[in-house]
This record gives sequence, C-alpha cells and structure tokens, in this order.
Amino acid sequence: MTNHWRDIKNADMILINGANPAEAHPVGFQWFMRAKLERGAKMIHADPRFTRTSAVADTYLRIRTGTDVAYFGGLINYVLQNNLIQSDYVRNYTNASFIVKQGFSFNDGLFSGYSADKRAYDITSWSYETGANGFANRDMTLQHERSVFQLLKTHYSRYTPEIVSSITGIPVDQFNKVAAQVGAMGKPDKVMTIVYAVGLTHHTTGGQLIRSGAVLQLLLGNMGLPGGGMNAERGHANIQGNTDHAISWELLPGYLRAPAPGQKNIDEHVAQVATKKSDPNSWNYLGTNYKKFLVSMLKGWYGSAATKDNDFAFDYLPKPGSNASWMTIYDQALKGKMEGVVLSGMTAASIGPDTNQVQQALSNLKWLVIMDPLPTTSSEFWHAPGADPSKINTEVFMLPTTHWIEKDGSFTNSGRWAQWKDQVIPPQGNARHDHWILSDIFNRVKDMYKQQGGKFADAILALNFDYKDPLKPELDEIAKEINGKDLSTGKQMTSFANLKDDGTTTSGDWIYAGSYLDTGSLMKRRAGIQDPKTNDPTGLGFYPNWAWSWPLNRRVLYNRASADMDGKPWDPARPGIQWNGTQWVGDVPDYPPTMNPKDPKAWLPFIMNGEGVGRLFSNGMIDGPFPEHYEPVESPVTNPLHSANSASPVAFLYDQASGRPNRFGTATDYPYIATSYRLTEHEHYVTQHVPHLVQLQPEPFVEIPSELAQTKGIKTGDKVRVSSKRGKVEVLALVTKRLGPLKVAGQTVYQIGIPIHWGPVGISADGDPNHGRYWLANALTPFVGDANSRTPEFKAFLVNLERI
Amino acid sequence: MQTVTRRDVLKFGIASAGALVVSGLGFDVAVAESTKIKLNLRIAGAKESHSICPYCAVGCSLVAYTRQASDGKVQLLQIEGDPDSPVNEGRLCPKGATAMQLATSPRRVESPRYRAAGTNAWKNVTWDFALNKIAQNVKASRDATFVTTDGNGNTVNRTEGIAFAGGAAFSSEEGYFATKLMRSLGLVYLEQQARV
Repeated sequence: MTNHWRDIKNADMILINGANPAEAHPVGFQWFMRAKLERGAKMIHADPRFTRTSAVADTYLRIRTGTDVAYFGGLINYVLQNNLIQSDYVRNYTNASFIVKQGFSFNDGLFSGYSADKRAYDITSWSYETGANGFANRDMTLQHERSVFQLLKTHYSRYTPEIVSSITGIPVDQFNKVAAQVGAMGKPDKVMTIVYAVGLTHHTTGGQLIRSGAVLQLLLGNMGLPGGGMNAERGHANIQGNTDHAISWELLPGYLRAPAPGQKNIDEHVAQVATKKSDPNSWNYLGTNYKKFLVSMLKGWYGSAATKDNDFAFDYLPKPGSNASWMTIYDQALKGKMEGVVLSGMTAASIGPDTNQVQQALSNLKWLVIMDPLPTTSSEFWHAPGADPSKINTEVFMLPTTHWIEKDGSFTNSGRWAQWKDQVIPPQGNARHDHWILSDIFNRVKDMYKQQGGKFADAILALNFDYKDPLKPELDEIAKEINGKDLSTGKQMTSFANLKDDGTTTSGDWIYAGSYLDTGSLMKRRAGIQDPKTNDPTGLGFYPNWAWSWPLNRRVLYNRASADMDGKPWDPARPGIQWNGTQWVGDVPDYPPTMNPKDPKAWLPFIMNGEGVGRLFSNGMIDGPFPEHYEPVESPVTNPLHSANSASPVAFLYDQASGRPNRFGTATDYPYIATSYRLTEHEHYVTQHVPHLVQLQPEPFVEIPSELAQTKGIKTGDKVRVSSKRGKVEVLALVTKRLGPLKVAGQTVYQIGIPIHWGPVGISADGDPNHGRYWLANALTPFVGDANSRTPEFKAFLVNLERI
Repeated sequence: MQTVTRRDVLKFGIASAGALVVSGLGFDVAVAESTKIKLNLRIAGAKESHSICPYCAVGCSLVAYTRQASDGKVQLLQIEGDPDSPVNEGRLCPKGATAMQLATSPRRVESPRYRAAGTNAWKNVTWDFALNKIAQNVKASRDATFVTTDGNGNTVNRTEGIAFAGGAAFSSEEGYFATKLMRSLGLVYLEQQARV
C-alpha cells in the first residue's frame, strides 16, 4: 500500500478491482465503510462475482476476469478525452511532458523491439529523447507529438466505451456512468483510492493491470494524498515484511537488486541497476544513494571480512543467471536440475499452479524439508491419495516449528506498519523456532566445510553471527541488526540518510533504518486510539506513535505530491504535508524537511525516480511502457484490439520453453472461464486444521451461475466435475446468482468460481471417504507466468463442467 | 463491596440494550459494573500480552491472556482484539477470533519425522538425526551444483540445486535472517508468499 488501512476512511471514492475486502480483509474493510458512511464516499466494485463487497458498494460492475486493463484503459481514455485530468499535477508531477525517442511505436498489439523467437522485447526504443545536457527533453505545453502525454492519448484512444464493453462484458451505459463519477475525482480537492488484491496480480498481465490503475491515479492527481494511492491488500500476515527483506530471488533487502553475472564489482552493479537523473531537478534519491545502502548491508552481513580491498565481499553474493522464482523452482525440478527444496510455512502441493505437475516435480527431488507446525499437503505428498510411495524416491523431513504466538518479532502489515508482537506462550511440545533451525543447519554445514572443505566456503565462514547465542539468535538482536549502526560510535542508525559507502556503517535493510534506536524499538510503540486527541494530532488517522512504518515512519508514500508546487495542500481539509514557510509539516515528509518549494533548484516531488515525477510511460516493465489489454492465455474469445496478438506476447510459457507437451486447453474442449478465490473462514490451507473454521466452511464447492446450471441440469448439492487440460476437481455445486452470463465480443460467456482452500490434508479430508483426492483447486490452474514478475495465472483459465 | 453475579451482567446488558443507562453519577452503570466483573472472569489476574493476527495482512492487534499453572505450564486462556489499535479497534474476523485454535492444537506435529526414499511410512527421529542428515544433504547438493564461474567467465558463486521458500508467518526478523543465511550458502532459488 502507498497509504494504509485507516487512511482509506479519507477517500471520496474507492475503486475496488481484483479484491473482495469485505470477505478477505473484513476488519480492514471497516475503513471503507467509514469513508462511505462518514464522508459519503462512493464505492465501485468491479468483480466477476457479486460478493459481500458488491453488496455494500454503490455500484457493482460484473467484469470478465483478467480484463481490468481494458476497464482502467477505458477510464484513462475517458478522463483524457473529456479533459477531466488534474492538469497542474499531470504537467508538473508526471512525465507527461517528457519527449520519447524517435523509433518508439505500437502496432497491432506489439510495441517496438519485439522478437518473436525470443518472445521478448528489446526495450531500447522505450526511452526519452535527450538534449545536450544529457537530460530528457520536455515540452511543458504537452503538445509535442512524441510527448508522453500525446502518446498516451493516442494509445488509449482505442479504449472506447464500446470496446471496453466488448472486452470486459460491462454494459456501455454502466461503464459511462462510472467513468463520469471517476472523472470527477480529477478535481484538486477530490481524492480517489484504488484498492486491489491478488485478483489483479495473479494474471499473465498482472503487473500491467496494476500499472493501468496507477496511470489513472496519476492523471487524476491522486498519488501521495491521504485517501488516495494504489493500495494492495496483501493476503498473509507478513508477506510485506518478507518482501521488504527479500526472500525473493531478484531482490536484496530494501528493494535493492540481486547482482547479475557480468557485474564485476559494486560500481558496475550500481551503474547498471541504479536509476539515473533524467531531469536536472530530480533528486534521484535511490539511484544516488544505492551504493551506501548496499555497502552497509554487506558490512552488516560479512563484518570484518567485508573490506574496501575486497569490494565489501561483493563476490560473496550469489548472482542468478536467469529467473529463479516460484514456478521456476518446480520447472527446474521437472528438468531434474533441482536436488533439494526447503519449504518453511508454504505448501507447494496446494499452491501450484498445476498441482499435478508440481507433485511430479516434488517426486523428482532428492530431498525435501518441510518446516511447519502442522502437516501440510507437501509434507504428505508422497502418500497423498493416488500416489505410490514406493515409486517416490524423495527423502522427506518434517520439522515441527513454532507458531507466531510462540515467538516474538514483528509483522509488517499491508500498510507498511511494522508491529512488534510478544512471545505469548512457550513452544508446544518439541517444536523449534524456524530461525533457530536454520541457524543450526547453517552452522552444521559450516562445520563440515571447516573439516572437509568443499566449494567456495568463504561466504559461509565469514557470515556475521554476532549474537549472544549464535545457534539461538534473539529476534530482538536481529531487529537491531536490520536497523544497523554507526561502527565508529556504536550508536544505532537513526535514518538511512546517514548511511555511508565506506564501510563505517551497517544496515541489514536500509528501509528499516530508524526503526530501532538506542532508546529501543519503535515497532513496540502503542499510542493508539486510547487517546485519539494526543495520538492522532492531524486527525487523519496517521497515529505516528503506534508501531513504526517504513520508511522513516512515513504513513503515506510520495506525500510531497499531496501539496501543490508552492507547498500548499491540494485539499486544505486533508493535508498530507505542507510548507509552513520554514519547513514541511504534517506526515513525515518524503522530501528534505527544510527545502523551500519555491527555490528554483527544489527537487521534483517523486524523489525515488530518475525522472523526479510519476511515470505514465515507463521502461521499468518488460511487456510494454503503456499497459495494454491482452487476453488470458486460455480464453474463449480473441482480443478485439489485435487478434493477431491476442494474449501477451511475452508471458512466460514454462512448458513450451522447457520442451514439455502443451498443457493449455481451448474453448472447444473447455468452454467455461474459471477463476479461483478465497473465503472469509479460511486462509490458504493452514485453517484446514482449525476446528471452528472447518465447521463454518466444511466442504469444498464450486459456484456455478444459475443460467448455466439450468442448461446442464445441475442443482445445488449435486456433485460435479470441473476439469481443465491439466486436472480436475470433484466437489459439490453451489448454484448462484452471484455469477452470471457476460456478453463478450458478441458471444455469451460464463464464469465459474472455485474457492481454493481444500486438499488431501486437514480435518475435512480426514472425514472424507476419498480423503480429499480431487479437492485441490490448483489442479486446474495453468503453469504460466506474468512476463515481469512470473506471478502465476490463478485467476483466468478454461474448464469444462459436468454433473457426476 | 457489592458482589455482582453473572445474572446481574445479563440484567445490566438487557437494560442498556434499549437505551444508555446513565446513573446519577453521569456514567453508564453497565460499563462500570462490567469493568468490575472483569476482575472475576477467568482472565482475572492473568498475564496480558500483545500479539498480531497471523492470518491476513490487515495486521489486527491481539490481546492474549495467559496464566502459569502450579506445575509451571503456561496456559493460553483467551485471545481477543486489541481495543487500542488504530488498525482494528478491537475487532476481529472469524479467523482472528478463533486464533486460539491455531495457537495450540492436538493436530501439531510433535516430533521431527523422516521418510526415507521409497518407503511408505514416517519415522519419528531426534532433532539431531534430522538436522545432521539435512546438513549433509545441503552440503552434498551444494557441492554438486555450485557454479563458481559461468560460461562467460563471470564470477557468480551460486548454488543451483537447492531452493528455499519461506512463509508469510515468519516474523520479519526471521525472514531477514533466512535471506542472509541462504544467500551465504549461495542459493538463488529464493521465494516467499508474495507471488502465490
């Protein structure tokens, strides 16, 4: 989230796409309702299924799954054609005025630079025309034909209400009504928020689905303002914290990039990955300071072994040669290249996608370690219903770990608030903390390298274990390490602004610098609603002394953009930060605290970008500088915008790339669209062990639109088989009006809804004669990923439906 | 001092359901009595700790009550929403409200288990057995699949044959610690819950 949960109450309009907060984030949803009931905010919910969120929304739009780029693209076109944009903001705070190089083009669904052989773009033409000073040329009138603004206008002119309707299934009149309401949010004192969840991310176009919303928000001047922003509702307690700290192949902590082969030293790495200034007034904060953050991390990790002479042990960091994300792990196992997998609190056998293929991948491993408090579908995969243990030669370890409440440490919520929790109870039985187990294994491995030698042990031997008990580090000690310290004074860092690139400072994750001071951890702070007057001085719900929010306890990201060029809030009733003549006041400013906005040298508002402004056009994505609608890889219709390039030309097709047979179906065999989702009473798969929740939602089912059920003779409670090219589920039917027919590209299509929570492990499975053999929803989902993030397509695929 | 029974609570509850019962002293009698009653609840005298809900990422604060029994065992009595939190203001959803059934459960795995290749049953093993064997596997797979220099002569120092995925119920500090250890083992196949 650029903003945070409580801030949603500050919105005038809430667009909800790819999310069902009333059921998936019910307690967070109270802030949506507060906006509606207290401010009169309008709530617009676009979703394939009419949910409890739709029930309290002012407008519900039934949208075909995976077509939100068309919806947002239509809204972008509407606000541009009708001149409803926040023009001062667009001119000064976005790259609308930047001139794009000659040679950039978009034709028939392809941007310039496409190679069909590689299924990839050469993106060199997606950049700015530069002047003699090396900076981008700009045209502040926005009239230049190659200005981002004009290119944007042309690109989205194709997204007429009629085209939007034929792609999304939203009737033209309904779309136009919503477009007019959204257009009103371009006034400087009106603020809209866009809220989304995995209904946007879990697509082959997931990254661009989100960017299309962000482009709309920039055009309406809604980024950086209280009540505005792009707000991702994350689905698990600490996805945010674990992303921040980079358990992710392509990142280092704090969103630094994992180094790539060929980057011989830190300077070469920085030269290739750090953004460069494309405007003289751009601060380019991350690009400028990148090296300080990286050196401080390396110094924290490798201590005295990280010196100037060895480039701070840069070579100790592994350099991935190609993508190494979730699906790639199992793809490598299918190719026989992966020997061992450690799953700590995640179950591949349920998560998928294409769980039958993942099951095969697990069978190909030499060894598998499961660290979990409870049995999972992965720990039990070798004797799952239908499996033959004698043919599975994977050695499997199940290590009982502690639950969240048996250890302390912090969780960072969707709104970036790092909240500390106590250890409430001691570990149950023989369970051990995950980090103690990892430390123990690591130190046993280290001892073996000491005794026996082996491949490149330098990083293992040098790793800093400066804890009271190296086998049992305390999370409090690690929290201090993440914050970092000044090695010359021994004092905790108070801000990443003081980090240095000479090895005299440490910080395990620069964005958390300032969270743990010499006076203690700010994540433990508890000044909440027991005293709103004192604890919420602005009245906007920031509660600055409740926990700690990264970066630097800032509650709304990009908040310099909440004030106009002179530093006055766009909406005086809802100031993010404002210039009082000598300094910026309000939220923790995303700007130098005493920089006069009227100074001709004042930095542009988006300090983290090379441009200094928000990007309507971006070369940060590998599937296009502007979001474009592509059909899901499995779709019953061809793309009306460009039938020759119907689906994403760069979505990653694992099976094809690895030489395995095609596992995609067509509408002839699988005529219905399916989408997967979650229920209030369950969370992924772990709640299959919680008796009360199993009682509330005891059995797997699929939701079938009543019109389709009627033609198939299916009634609620009938057992049905839903099958895709990859697998099947056999569960109960729930015939519903929540789903319905859609008119798309001149034909009627149906969508089927599949909750994901069941499988062959848990209380429900224990009570089933077939032990949940055909309950895994992800047996149906395709093994294909978004070009940028390789996030799997869980939300749009083709199935057949039969009564059994 | 007046003794308040459970029946009285119900009576006050019913009385204040229709309208706020304000006493001559200017405060809600029911609230005052309820506060007093709390002292006689099973959480009376219990230790109050703070936690965060382990399910979605709203980040609802929890208050947990524990008591140490005479045998020294700590008993978890109750988990409820933390009324001070600006995030949840004391509210919880069905998952958060049943968090106690996740916290302690007869379904927990009690001992490390090992299933040898091709066999059809788990064996309970000691921690030492499991951790030694895993460490040996890690070293063997690492040595077998470690790439020091790639085909273009670049130093890459990576382990290609081991993957680690860390869940979203890790405390941030555990996640950070995992990143640091796994990368130092040369792992590049690193994942968590963000994509899936």
